[in-house]
Amino acid sequence: MHAFLAAEGPSAAIQAGGWFLENVWIIPAIMACSFAIILFFGKRMPKGGSEIGIAAVLACFVLSLLTGAQWISEVNRADNCVAVEISEGKYECESHEGAGEQASAFGEVLGAAEEESEGAYGAGLKAVVSERTWWSNGGVNFTIGTMADGLTVTLLAVVTLVSSLVHIYSTDYVAGDRRFTHYFAFLSLFTAAMLFFVTSANTLQMIVGWELVGVCSFALIGHWWEDQANSDAALKAFLTNRVGDMGLLIGMIVLFFASGETWSIIDINKLAIDHTTSHTLLLISALCLLTAVMSKSGQFFLHTWLPDAMAGPTPVSALIHAATMVVAGIYLVARLYGVFFEGLSIAGSSINALALIGGITTLVGASLAFVQDDIKKVLAYSTISQLGYMALALGVGAWTAAIFHLFTHAFFKALLFLGAGSVSHAVHSFNMKTDMGGMRKFMPTTYKTFLIGSIALAGLPPLAGFWSKDEILVGTGGWGFFEGKPHSNGAYTVMLIMGMITAAMTAAYMTRVIYLTFYGEFRGGHHDDDHGHADAHDAHHGDPHESGPRILWPLRILAFLAVTVGFLNLPPGFLGLPKGLTERFGHYVEPSSAAKYFPKINHADPSWSLAIFSTIVVLSAVAAAYWYYFVKVNRQSPAATELVNGPTSRSSVLKAGHTLLKNRYYLDHIYDSGKPVPAVGAGIVASLFGLAAGSALGFTLDNGLNQAFLPSLTWGLSLGTVVFGIVGLALSTGVGVASFVKKPLAWATNWTHENLLDATVDQVGVRSVQAAEAVYKHIDQGVIDTAVNSAGAGSSGAGGELRRLASGKVQQYGTIMFAGATLLAGLMIIII
Amino acid sequence: MYLVQFLLLSAVLFCIGVYGVLVRRNAVLVLMSIELILNAVNINLVAFGAFNRDVGAAIPGEVFALFIIAVAAAEVGVGLAMVLTIYRNRKSIDLHQVDLLKG
Repeated sequence: MHAFLAAEGPSAAIQAGGWFLENVWIIPAIMACSFAIILFFGKRMPKGGSEIGIAAVLACFVLSLLTGAQWISEVNRADNCVAVEISEGKYECESHEGAGEQASAFGEVLGAAEEESEGAYGAGLKAVVSERTWWSNGGVNFTIGTMADGLTVTLLAVVTLVSSLVHIYSTDYVAGDRRFTHYFAFLSLFTAAMLFFVTSANTLQMIVGWELVGVCSFALIGHWWEDQANSDAALKAFLTNRVGDMGLLIGMIVLFFASGETWSIIDINKLAIDHTTSHTLLLISALCLLTAVMSKSGQFFLHTWLPDAMAGPTPVSALIHAATMVVAGIYLVARLYGVFFEGLSIAGSSINALALIGGITTLVGASLAFVQDDIKKVLAYSTISQLGYMALALGVGAWTAAIFHLFTHAFFKALLFLGAGSVSHAVHSFNMKTDMGGMRKFMPTTYKTFLIGSIALAGLPPLAGFWSKDEILVGTGGWGFFEGKPHSNGAYTVMLIMGMITAAMTAAYMTRVIYLTFYGEFRGGHHDDDHGHADAHDAHHGDPHESGPRILWPLRILAFLAVTVGFLNLPPGFLGLPKGLTERFGHYVEPSSAAKYFPKINHADPSWSLAIFSTIVVLSAVAAAYWYYFVKVNRQSPAATELVNGPTSRSSVLKAGHTLLKNRYYLDHIYDSGKPVPAVGAGIVASLFGLAAGSALGFTLDNGLNQAFLPSLTWGLSLGTVVFGIVGLALSTGVGVASFVKKPLAWATNWTHENLLDATVDQVGVRSVQAAEAVYKHIDQGVIDTAVNSAGAGSSGAGGELRRLASGKVQQYGTIMFAGATLLAGLMIIII
Repeated sequence: MYLVQFLLLSAVLFCIGVYGVLVRRNAVLVLMSIELILNAVNINLVAFGAFNRDVGAAIPGEVFALFIIAVAAAEVGVGLAMVLTIYRNRKSIDLHQVDLLKG
């Protein structure tokens, strides 16, 4: 097998084009219109607005596919031509045959000539950017626009497809819900926001999209807000995300100044890649953005909101908290990969913050998934774990593998969530231990699709998860120990081990879920329905039953995809397949480094030994879990869920471990111990930012780097330092002190509260009332009313007097007229 | 001949007219008094016109007198018609009894 190095790729890039790619704004716009229409007219429509949502999202799906097709044809066009420079930095496509003559005719076109002489042809492709400036100030242009390239169209396709299926699924799942219309409106808004986010051409727009999806997530988690727990979960999700959002803002602002006052994603990446931007500033902004990724994409230690977010309706969990919104963080890193690649020095390293966070997250998520009784929570932790996988992949430089995993994961995780929803729809609960078991008899289709999803997630060949997981493991470059130099970006052996352990754990906990849900004996049938919807289900209490077609068809489609999408990116040279059949995903999605906004990354060689080894690991994990549940537990009793005398009751170490996991590593306890959870988190993070910004400031002053925007940079950073440093230190110190001197502090707080605050508030209240009374008596009654009354009385009296003048006698009028005329004549004589 | 003689005549006529308008109760007499006022003005205009011929005004004052005579004829026509109508309805032309506009 030979290396496929990006460095060998084309050296020049041509501009892509095409109607769909240039007008990609239409796709989010359709969903935004759909949101408005559903919100205002949905309730009067026969199907409560769901028909509008489904129509809109299907239209978007078709448009996304067309956009994708256009991108693919553009890549093909670039492949079959040679880029010829027509002017400074601008390249045009010449057909392959003709280009040879062209190149020799114009001997100075060296780039094309060289390519030709090496036998390599094909050009890179630049993303399609269409922008409008909406505000311009001080030389900075604020633009709004879209950017379309392989990554964009991938996300467009994933979001619209999963969203379409979720829309259809929801018409059954939330049928009869009291806020049915509202639900669909927010699904539309969410889809619009996500599409807006992935088509952003500049970082400002990304921030807007990022916040919008956060809001929709909040609204949909709290969809059944009458339940305090749901409302709390929504708040927790929102506030935890705010912590990261601060990082996003600061990171974007630092990036803005660091790259010479531009918001454009392409420019930021370009400047980062050609080392124009200061490395320190790149590092700082990458770390700040990493906090944003941690909160939005559920990375350790800001992941705690994601399991709680399962309080929302299950289709929402599938769409937002598994397949699309939570990958926004991953998308952010992938989009600004130049910043992360250079800032974190991914190439040639063996550890960095992103890979480490990803690795820890993937382990933490997988281990927590073992001890959950709630099927959705297992899937939530599994999502965290898989997101960690993606972050890990990006951290080790395996960009394509990360995006490919995002792509495959979206399908099988949506499938698993929708499957879990289908089961819960039947048993009215999410608790596997008390309400499920033996479901395969009642719900054969759900069982089969769920099984497919589980195998895909566990990563067994040849299902989708295997290919993407394998690529990530290969991409770590850690396997090079056994096979010589693998052409990876670094030697991330630790990440390989973490990924391998996670793969084993994933397989094991999914086996556990399959057993608890679909095997053994049915343990449910005693439900009190707190399922949320005012219910048509009362009629069929008793045996659970298979769900309807609107639930099953999305499951079937997703199951089909979970089996097949892995073949889109077969490793190069796999089974001697020609080049046109392997690595299709990577070929079409990964931006060409010749387009200058994507770093030159290495692609590790695929390895048979690694693939076989990881499959053996996964299979043995499945076997172990199978032996534990399907054999031992089942032999004990078909209705049992755990061994009576299991390992955790025999070994104190295991018991302690189990308790630790049950308490979710005590993270929530730490967050909840202080008064307002988010304030503590925000405090810690903010003080970190303060420190980071402070050090950046010091560095900037020392090195006098880039004098041109030094003043603005200084201002931005010192502002950041002062504000966030002070707020952060105050908050964290306050909480820290509070935890040591709780009682006196509480007493002091109470005293202050009673004597100072309350007294002040009381006094303010009393004085206000007095003042208001005085105003009433003197000003309102005394001045204003008098004025009004006398105006009325005056008019009335004057009328009474004046009516005597209107005698109706012509000669009296005449007398007055002549008298007046005489008077005026007299006046005139006197004056003149 | 002095201008002031004409002006005095005019002033006397005007005063008699005003007296008649303000005092007489008979509507026909009031109309006749109005004619006196108008003709007092006419005398003024003609006199000023005759005595200021050397000023060279584009239109001599007598022309206005002609206009006033024409308008006065029309006015008397309308006025007499109104008086006639009032007499038909009220069997009286006493102005003191015509006070429909009394407030």
